Amino acid sequence: MNMKDEKAMISHDIARKRQRRRSIAIGLSLAALVLLFYVITVVKLGPAVLVRAI
Amino acid sequence: MVYMDGHDRTASIADEARIEDYFALLKPRVMSLVVFTAFVGLIVAPQAIHPVLGFVAILCIAIGAGASGALNMWYDSDIDAVMSRTINRPIPSGRVPREEAFAFGMTLSAFSVITLGLATNWVAAGLLAFTIFFYAVVYTVWLKRSTPQNIVIGGAAGAFPPMIGWAAVTGTVSIDALILFMIIFLWTPPHFWALALYKKGDYEAAGIPMLPNVAGERVTQNQIVVYTVLLCATAFGPVLTGLAGMVYGLAAAVLGAGFAILAVRLRMAEGVEMKRRARVLFTYSLGYLFVLFVALLADSGLAFWLGAAQ
Repeated sequence: MNMKDEKAMISHDIARKRQRRRSIAIGLSLAALVLLFYVITVVKLGPAVLVRAI
Repeated sequence: MVYMDGHDRTASIADEARIEDYFALLKPRVMSLVVFTAFVGLIVAPQAIHPVLGFVAILCIAIGAGASGALNMWYDSDIDAVMSRTINRPIPSGRVPREEAFAFGMTLSAFSVITLGLATNWVAAGLLAFTIFFYAVVYTVWLKRSTPQNIVIGGAAGAFPPMIGWAAVTGTVSIDALILFMIIFLWTPPHFWALALYKKGDYEAAGIPMLPNVAGERVTQNQIVVYTVLLCATAFGPVLTGLAGMVYGLAAAVLGAGFAILAVRLRMAEGVEMKRRARVLFTYSLGYLFVLFVALLADSGLAFWLGAAQ
């Protein structure tokens, strides 16, 4: 492997690490969004969540 | 680089982007001012909001503002590449591809507006959507490169956040919310023209028709004085409508006097001294808006505390 290939390899490793970090960030954002909508629903419904016509 | 297994493993631009680069697309410094002014609008509104929904509203306004910043960087990447202030932004530096910035901005815009509508009301969501449209389309695409009055009209985008915060609580827009809007609207021209005076060369190189480049420094200095007078007068609006009391009134008077003195001193200067004074006014204007809104917040807290004590 010559110098150029070695550099490309290192660059590829860095890119993969960054891509992994981005994927984790997207996953966490989606999880946060789910949690946010869950909390909003609970807060908006309030105690009325238990009051239902039978 | 193509390997023996046939896969091209050369890192593309998109692979080089760090999470921090996407965060930078949201213009976090602008966002902080938006968050603060929206928070003040939300707190001083004459009704109460559930703290969780209040937090969600601020979050949505912040993300919406950030999204419009990303759309602005998408459209302006060509001129960002020639200005010293913006050359290191994620797109001109080659770390984030343009189309990704656009997709990022559009996605966040949609999510922030829909979430705000579901969490609070659709008046606030509509105002947020209009703000994003105003900043990304009316200001960035239309006004910025075509008229020296770009930041006067475009400044409305930055003036909406306290009104959105207010609307998130009340579901409507009142004269008080309009006054908060007008304060930031009239604050924007002297703030940005001060910057344009000492960064004149940058804007000239990028071909943006800022007032100092088109109409000259003297006209800009005069306009700064005019807008400063209008701003200082409008800043007393919350006292007249009863939204704020003496603490805010005193702050508006002292801060306004400082602003007016600096604007007049800038008007009288030329050359290097003028640039120095423009820089001073730019820095002061940032502190002015922050302290003015802190005073509004303090007055609101004081009124609440006195009301509770009685």
